[in-house]
Amino acid sequence: MDEQPGATPENADEPVIALRGATATLGSRPVLRGVDLTVRRGEVVALLGANGSGKSTAVRAVVGQVPLTGGELELFGRPRRRFRDWARVGYVPQRTTAAGGVPATVGEVVASGRLARTRFGVLRKADREAVVRALELVGMADRIKDSVDALSGGQHQRVLIARALAGEPELLIMDEPMAGVDLASQEVLADALRAQVARGATVLVVLHELGPLEPLIDRAVVLRDGCVVHDGPPPEAVGQHALPGHDHVHPHAGPVAEPIRTGLLT
Amino acid sequence: MEILEPAFMQRALLAALLVGITAPAIGTFLVQRRQALMGDGIGHVALTGVGLGFLLNASPVWIATAVCVVGAVVMELIRSYGKARGDIALAMLFYGGMAGGVMLTSLSDAGSNANLVSYLFGSITTVSEEDMVAICVLAAFVILVTIGLRRQLFAICQDEEFARVTGLPVRLLNLLVAVTAAVTVTVAMRVVGLLLVSALMVIPVAASQQIARSFAMTFGLAMGIGVLVAVSGTTTSYYVDVPSGATIVLLAIGVFVALTALAAPLARRRARRTEAAEGCTLRVPEARTATDDVQV
Repeated sequence: MDEQPGATPENADEPVIALRGATATLGSRPVLRGVDLTVRRGEVVALLGANGSGKSTAVRAVVGQVPLTGGELELFGRPRRRFRDWARVGYVPQRTTAAGGVPATVGEVVASGRLARTRFGVLRKADREAVVRALELVGMADRIKDSVDALSGGQHQRVLIARALAGEPELLIMDEPMAGVDLASQEVLADALRAQVARGATVLVVLHELGPLEPLIDRAVVLRDGCVVHDGPPPEAVGQHALPGHDHVHPHAGPVAEPIRTGLLT
Repeated sequence: MEILEPAFMQRALLAALLVGITAPAIGTFLVQRRQALMGDGIGHVALTGVGLGFLLNASPVWIATAVCVVGAVVMELIRSYGKARGDIALAMLFYGGMAGGVMLTSLSDAGSNANLVSYLFGSITTVSEEDMVAICVLAAFVILVTIGLRRQLFAICQDEEFARVTGLPVRLLNLLVAVTAAVTVTVAMRVVGLLLVSALMVIPVAASQQIARSFAMTFGLAMGIGVLVAVSGTTTSYYVDVPSGATIVLLAIGVFVALTALAAPLARRRARRTEAAEGCTLRVPEARTATDDVQV
């Protein structure tokens, strides 16, 4: 990963993601009710919120998987409809498994994340090396020939992240990558993310709680009922809530006088 | 080789070879996408095409191909747009296709029930020269798509949402899978019959994934099994007077059972080997000092 994606000078100040007044519905239920979300180059932004707050819908709208009923979306300074450069985006969808209906190896699944960088889907030497590098980043290079059916939950998640990293993206969008992941894998994923940030990648990550990623997060956007209720430094309450050893039962007396109501604790 | 003497057997064996490759090739992707029974659905729709062929006095293979492609595209559109009531819509298409075929056949002069049965269950030894040309052209298309685009098709069948975000033309590729499956049905209908087409798309894949760990191996082995059962089934039906389609499908099931029986000890040995390599070590934790640094 020797290229410096953040170094392109022509639009260095342009937001990588600019979502303005976004509204979206699932069925007839409004899920996003005017969401503004801006992610600048090199930023690491966490999207937080309770279940049903619309955080997953928001990122799926950003990657074009949920149609917006209103508002605007720009990626790398281009309106979403005219954006074609998907090789610059690495996406980790919300999944619990990397497996499909037939057996596949870790290497085969991760290689599918490299397709956007290949011509006619032919994997060259550089592509194979990128696949290995992506697997090294998540500590799974020794499992490249293993079937994904033989992996644990945390390992599935690591494979899904390696698949997104295989394309060496400038923008990494992850939907709950820590869901159902053991602590050891969470640490590995935090390290992998740290390496991406170090090489200049921009990250938008949906999280239920900050956990081991907390030190990496520049900014947190908290959604509740499809509206942004907080946009700024990671909320303290959420950070402490996610400390290891915290057992999630006792009520908080947060250090902030006016506690930010994230909806996470209810 | 006395079996290669009659021209009809040469045609039959070539057709069997092509079906043995193409049906598991597209079948692998259908199974991967958990649409194993799509071939069956297209097979039902194909009947209307066969009936139409009888009625118009045209080649049933080409007409069936056209009708299948339309049917498969409609199925794909139902799948991608109307998820909620997709199964009902598909059922309409299946039974409509079946009923349409029977109705059109009975209206035509050429079509008799016996004629229709040869399409339902396959009648490899009655494959004409003209059919053979169609089968070869269509099979070439299927092989080109499934092997040439295997990485793209793997990506969309493994995780469609991810594939869309990587910028693959997913809608186009999905339609291509549907069209290829439809074409495969018409390639295979003279050999195994419309009601058994799906078996040759699914069973070799199911058999091969009993022992394969990678997609590449599942894909290749499924085609190998397909060729093996299609050619040996056709040969059997030449020497013993039994229908080719049924023989092929029963052989395929036999291979599936054999590989399943083989897979269990294979998996055990594999597990033993990793166990021996890694082993289990019990680590006794050292005495811990009480550190309660979590302030809440």
